[in-house]
Amino acid sequence: MATDSQLSMWEVFMQSKPGNNYIHAGTVHASDKKMALQNARDTYTRRGEGTSIWVVPTDAIVASDPNDNDMFFDPANDKVYRLPTFYVMPEGAKAI
Amino acid sequence: MTEEQAIYNYCLRMGDNSLIQSYRLSEWCSNAPILEEDLALTNFALDMIGRAQAMLAYAGKIEGKGRTDDDLAYRRSERQYYNHLIMELPNGDFAKTIARLLFTATYEFYLFTDLQRSADPTIAAIAAKTVKEVKYHMAHAGDWVLRLGDGTEESHNRIQKAINKLWMYTGELFETDETDAILADKNIAVDLALVKAKWTAHITGVLKEATLSVPEDEYMQTGGRKGVHTEHLGHILSEMQYLQRAYPEAIW
Repeated sequence: MATDSQLSMWEVFMQSKPGNNYIHAGTVHASDKKMALQNARDTYTRRGEGTSIWVVPTDAIVASDPNDNDMFFDPANDKVYRLPTFYVMPEGAKAI
Repeated sequence: MTEEQAIYNYCLRMGDNSLIQSYRLSEWCSNAPILEEDLALTNFALDMIGRAQAMLAYAGKIEGKGRTDDDLAYRRSERQYYNHLIMELPNGDFAKTIARLLFTATYEFYLFTDLQRSADPTIAAIAAKTVKEVKYHMAHAGDWVLRLGDGTEESHNRIQKAINKLWMYTGELFETDETDAILADKNIAVDLALVKAKWTAHITGVLKEATLSVPEDEYMQTGGRKGVHTEHLGHILSEMQYLQRAYPEAIW
């Protein structure tokens, strides 16, 4: 990561309404948990976008390495039999 | 003084407090230490604009001369503004802005909490909306005072200096006059002595936790309630009212 003279980074996840998944909204800078939550609130919920917020220190996120993309993701591309649409539905089958 | 005149004064005062404080916080736009704080302070300014609008609109309605919130904001001179002096003081450094916000937001939190039970339904409704906003402003300012006070030597000294300098402007927040007396009698206004006790307890708690000392009550500045201001208000108004002064009735 580039040298950042600001406070440490936090990833912000927002839930738009109860029951929905939390979706990544962006990042904020903050020196502690409370400040991260407040900054996330001030930055991402000004127009009523959310009802709940998670903040996670950016360095707590474990990310996949783009150099491993071949190994990680390519094998999934040519295995159409893993998709339900690969199989022909028997006629008359119910409740599948 | 009639009850209507007193309500007019009372709302004008609260509206002016919000408007002038909002102006000062808006000055942080693009100047705050970090982007997130820039957004926070200007968000607060927007909350205050909303409150000023509601208070001034209601004052105009009570006055009954057809003046709108805009008329009251843009067409009164300095001596006709009744905000507390602390609202108009220049921002200074970030510590001074935060110290002021702690003082004013704490005041507003206890004031508007009690005003929710005002016998005037419009004031009670504005108070109910405002309380949620100022509770957050108070928490935000309090957290910053803790971080600065209990932070580095530099941040500790700056916030202590700001608190010491602003202290003499806090006495005015609890001044009362005929307007307050008339409305307190009708359960429209709140008892500022009760607000003061809660304010002092909260501020003392925050300052102690932040390893800061609480200034002694000495000479207290006064004048805002009589329209007698520091030299700073005139500069605010000359900029804020420029357009309406130069192009009366301008709309866009």
